[in-house]
Amino acid sequence: MSLYSELILDHYQHPRNFGRIANSTNQRSVSNPLCGDEIIMFIKINGSKISEITFKGKGCAISMASASMMTEYLKGKNKEELKKIDKKFIIKMLGIDLGVNRIKCALLPLEALNKL
Amino acid sequence: MNFINLKKDFPIFKNIPDLVYLDSTATSLKPKAVVDKLVEYYSNYSANIFRGVYKISEKATEEFEETREVTAKFINALKSEEVIFTRNSTESLNLIAYSLGRKIVSQKDEVVTTIMEHHSNFVPWQVLCSETGADFKIVDIDNNGYLDLGMENLKFKSSNLKSKSRILNLQNIVTRRTKILALTYVSNVLGTINPIKQLIEAAKRINPNIITIVDAAQAVPHLKADVQDLGCDFLVFSSHKMLGPTGVGVLWGKEDLLKEMFPFMYGGEMINGVYIDHTIYKDPPHKFEAGTPAIGEVIAFKEAVKYLKAIGMDKVREHEKNLTSLCFNKLNNNFSGKIKIFGPSDVNDRGGVVAFKFGNYHPHDIASIFDESNIASRAGNHCAMPLHTKLGVNATIRVSFYIYNDGSDIEKLVDGLKRVEKVLS
Repeated sequence: MSLYSELILDHYQHPRNFGRIANSTNQRSVSNPLCGDEIIMFIKINGSKISEITFKGKGCAISMASASMMTEYLKGKNKEELKKIDKKFIIKMLGIDLGVNRIKCALLPLEALNKL
Repeated sequence: MNFINLKKDFPIFKNIPDLVYLDSTATSLKPKAVVDKLVEYYSNYSANIFRGVYKISEKATEEFEETREVTAKFINALKSEEVIFTRNSTESLNLIAYSLGRKIVSQKDEVVTTIMEHHSNFVPWQVLCSETGADFKIVDIDNNGYLDLGMENLKFKSSNLKSKSRILNLQNIVTRRTKILALTYVSNVLGTINPIKQLIEAAKRINPNIITIVDAAQAVPHLKADVQDLGCDFLVFSSHKMLGPTGVGVLWGKEDLLKEMFPFMYGGEMINGVYIDHTIYKDPPHKFEAGTPAIGEVIAFKEAVKYLKAIGMDKVREHEKNLTSLCFNKLNNNFSGKIKIFGPSDVNDRGGVVAFKFGNYHPHDIASIFDESNIASRAGNHCAMPLHTKLGVNATIRVSFYIYNDGSDIEKLVDGLKRVEKVLS
């Protein structure tokens, strides 16, 4: 099965929640110097709710789609949901069979999320 | 020699008939002769070497030492004792940095390397300099991927190799304080073939005591390398990049230097006598071969050397030059304006390594889409981050050729790139 499923390509070509939040509660950046990918995640918490979550950065289709899908899932959810996002969640969310080397691309947004 | 037929010598093509292997710069495929020799050792005489006074140990020892002789002849070393087996080129370079670097380099000295090095010929010298306080100097490249010695029109094109005057400007970089000049023969990203012989001659004119170290990991597999002709003090390469097994590297060094260096590791097989207060080491090469080596792999390595010798290194070089030329033509014709190939545009000055940028597509996506058509390529900085920083890119996609590649592989590469465009845009 191709890594480049319709879902992945859709999120890569039309990333959701792409951009910065002017008055974010928190923001964190991560990078992978080996391939030059970098992602900055922005989050705005209202009470216990994730009112906004966005990302900026550059990277491969997998890392960009992963960030787009992750933010789409989290937006509007309770902030407790942040702790539930893990490697297993990401793999299931993407729905593709990532090899040992490409999994790092998919997990880069998670790394940023964990720092928030 | 009909190169098209060489695929038949490589068992992997029987098992994966549609494999388009374009990653020989990372490691090469193995011919049946090498695989058979490995199996022969493990099946027929899998004993430890040197001290066994029984038949299969003696057979293994003879086979092991024969590889040393075959290897020495292949690079035209004066003596087989100058050939040391390590794990890989990386270990060979680290060995020199540790065993010689720490002996001869101090605060007032300089170590010179280049921006196009693999990390393994960059970081050991960077660390040595930071530990000793010596100056770490780096030769830059020009916009065409040639070493740039800071003088206009000073390009080390192989077509100009005979004109020694062009290299005179090396004195802008190498001085009488330079203890070590460590540089690559062929770049693993740009493909640039550096004029090693002329550079060494020029460096030794400036400072006769300079130690010259050549990383030939991308050269010995692909062209005729003659250590006496090059005039270097050390030259390193890896078995696995030249059709041989993994786990075997070669360090060639001049005997008098090897004798004065510190040992690298201490232990079995490198010792003549151990006393409570001191130890006496063996002479090179055994001084640097502590512990049980990769016996079967060293033994099988000679089959790789013999295979290359039977083809002839001039023919290997010619074949790769033709493939690179074909690759340039096909890429430029099919993807004009969308592709940027790094390194010299003249195939006479470069090996069969082609790193490029393709549109705005991410190298990892390109490599993954290639893989869906069984094209093996490589994406990233290829262990040459300073070079990629210099080139202003984070990562490149790289394809590389060897004797088993042919025109059909280039066609598939073109199809692969067309598929990248189709999938991602």
